Amino acid sequence: MAMMRYAEALNAALREEMQADPSVFLFGEDIGRYGGVFKVTKGLMEEFGETRVRDTPISEQALTAMAVTAAMTGTRPVLEIMYADFVPLTLDALVNQASIYNYIWNGQVKMPFVLRTQGGGGAGAGAQHSKALDSMLAHIPGIKVVAPSTPADAKGMLKAAIRDDQPVVFLEHKLLYNTRGEVPDGDETVPLGKAATMREGSDISIFATSKMVVEALKAADLLAADGVSAEIVDLRSLRPLDVNAIVASISKTHHAVVVNEGWRFCGYAAELSATIMDHAFDELDAPVARATLPDMPIPYSEPLETAMLPSAEKIRTAALKTLK
Amino acid sequence: MKNTPSVEQHLEIYRRMLLVRHLEESLGALHKEGRTRGPIHRCDGQEAVGVAATAVLETGDKVATTHRGHAVYIGKGMAVHPVVAEIFGRATGACGGRAGHMLVADAEKGVIGGNAIVGAGIPAATGMALSMQILGTGNVAMCVFGDGAAQTGICHEAMNMAGLWKLPVVFVLEHNQFGLTVPSEVQSPVEDLSIRAAGYAMPAEIVDGNDAVAVYRAVSTMVERARRGEGPGMVECKTYRVEGFSTSDMGGYQKPEDIAAWKARDPLIVSRKALLGEVGEAQLAGIEAAAKAEVDEAFEAALSDPMPEFSLDEACNPYSEAH
Ligand SMILES: Cc1ncc(C[n+]2csc(CCOP(=O)(O)OP(=O)(O)O)c2C)c(N)n1
Ligand SMILES: [Mg+2]
Repeated sequence: MAMMRYAEALNAALREEMQADPSVFLFGEDIGRYGGVFKVTKGLMEEFGETRVRDTPISEQALTAMAVTAAMTGTRPVLEIMYADFVPLTLDALVNQASIYNYIWNGQVKMPFVLRTQGGGGAGAGAQHSKALDSMLAHIPGIKVVAPSTPADAKGMLKAAIRDDQPVVFLEHKLLYNTRGEVPDGDETVPLGKAATMREGSDISIFATSKMVVEALKAADLLAADGVSAEIVDLRSLRPLDVNAIVASISKTHHAVVVNEGWRFCGYAAELSATIMDHAFDELDAPVARATLPDMPIPYSEPLETAMLPSAEKIRTAALKTLK
Repeated sequence: MKNTPSVEQHLEIYRRMLLVRHLEESLGALHKEGRTRGPIHRCDGQEAVGVAATAVLETGDKVATTHRGHAVYIGKGMAVHPVVAEIFGRATGACGGRAGHMLVADAEKGVIGGNAIVGAGIPAATGMALSMQILGTGNVAMCVFGDGAAQTGICHEAMNMAGLWKLPVVFVLEHNQFGLTVPSEVQSPVEDLSIRAAGYAMPAEIVDGNDAVAVYRAVSTMVERARRGEGPGMVECKTYRVEGFSTSDMGGYQKPEDIAAWKARDPLIVSRKALLGEVGEAQLAGIEAAAKAEVDEAFEAALSDPMPEFSLDEACNPYSEAH
């Protein structure tokens, strides 16, 4: 075990996978010489050279389309899209290209690429640099979408994502990069599609991913003071979704709050809520509560942004409401 | 020379460049004290581009700019206080604190607006020009964009249509040698990006972007053509980003000797020297002191202005009965 920052854990995963497999290469804006604006790729151009670690022009649309076909033809590209807010520029490559080929070409091609990006608010970065957009990505069939919350999962899941033969969107969070945690030594992977129980509880289940897991854990402390025992489940993977873990937790607590940093309407929280209805309706003692971003753009000014973002306090409020 | 600004016009450009310089330096100082929020992209040393290019425009003309747009905001006629108040997220800001420094707009002044999706300003200005052509307003749209933005796919799509349809739009390329941290030679195989204008059948001119008079002249020529219905044009302004990419830049990739060389040719130095041949030292000193005082007052006021209060936006409500 070693204590690491989330960004360092990602860096270690990239380094180890590049050392192990010469077909892995990295490209993206400012990832080489500068080491990435969040320093995730620091030192990798020096170690692996400019062929395997490339600084690119600002060309998200073409880069993503190129990752798809580079992956089809023998390499394992890891593309960094600097902000999730720029993901809309990549959508044709994901929705109309990557997601269809394996199926319509009847399994003739593989697409082992990873699109790493980071989203989320709370940094005062304004309406075009603060969104999560995970719901939009999880909507696409044929693409895995994962969003780890701890340094250990960041490392283990990135290694698994790079080895996966399907496209994987790997969602990071700007406010998680500096968080620290123990990371297992050596070649440990964490499977994609398996949830993790972060805190056991008996009164209510709270399901979250990424930075929202941190908020949910804080909410569990607040709820403990209210006399409520909350179970926190880190889904880790939005797609595929660990339905068994969700059902198991709800079978114990009979109440649920689903948390998502994205918009509410047609969002991932709505999907989770419907999934719970499909699989655990009989276990529920009350309607599922949602804690999400309200349906509007994210403003710059601190009090406005803070008022909008889902937080421990808002998760607590949602939990108390559904428990009443 | 054709389209040279009058002494009065140049003095006004100089004054606005001073406002922008003090604005940027004050932001830098407040950032050091931990009193700013989020990344701030300064344009010190590049003021001649945003200020002199927009000085050519009329109020009814529109401009779209980048994440580094302070010179365009002030150049197109916005007062300092609403810009500063916006940067500090105040209720009195140009957009009530919602936009922040990268996305400022003032529709009345024709600033619509800052844009932090790199490249997005290029089709934005082109669409405004399409509307102007359809309505026959006689106005012109301008896009100020970076060398990094010039590499986006949407740049090609928009410029192709601008050339094809002879739209009244002027593309002002602020070539400051860097994308974010990546030098332009790592982003493009050609040094002069405006050679691409030929592919869109539009004229282009390369100018010293630190010389406000040169920027003004070249942009005027393109604006006049566009206003006459002769189609778009491009001006490539060569300049240099002397500060980091933003206040969150960790540095280490710009050469100190390059920074020093460009600082020696600062646009304020270039304009002051030219103006000193026309007006006296006393007049310039007066303008300089007044500009400093104006910016200091704007900061003092903005920093004690109230913060906005949050309310849900009904226009975004998916269950709204108003829809
Ligand atoms: C579509 C998109 N990709 C990436 C970014 C991140 N980014 C912000 S500014 C920038 C560099 C822009 O370079 P340039 O257009 O030359 O403008 P400058 O910063 O030099 O003024 C990058 C890559 C972004 N904001 N939008
Ligand atoms: Mg640039």
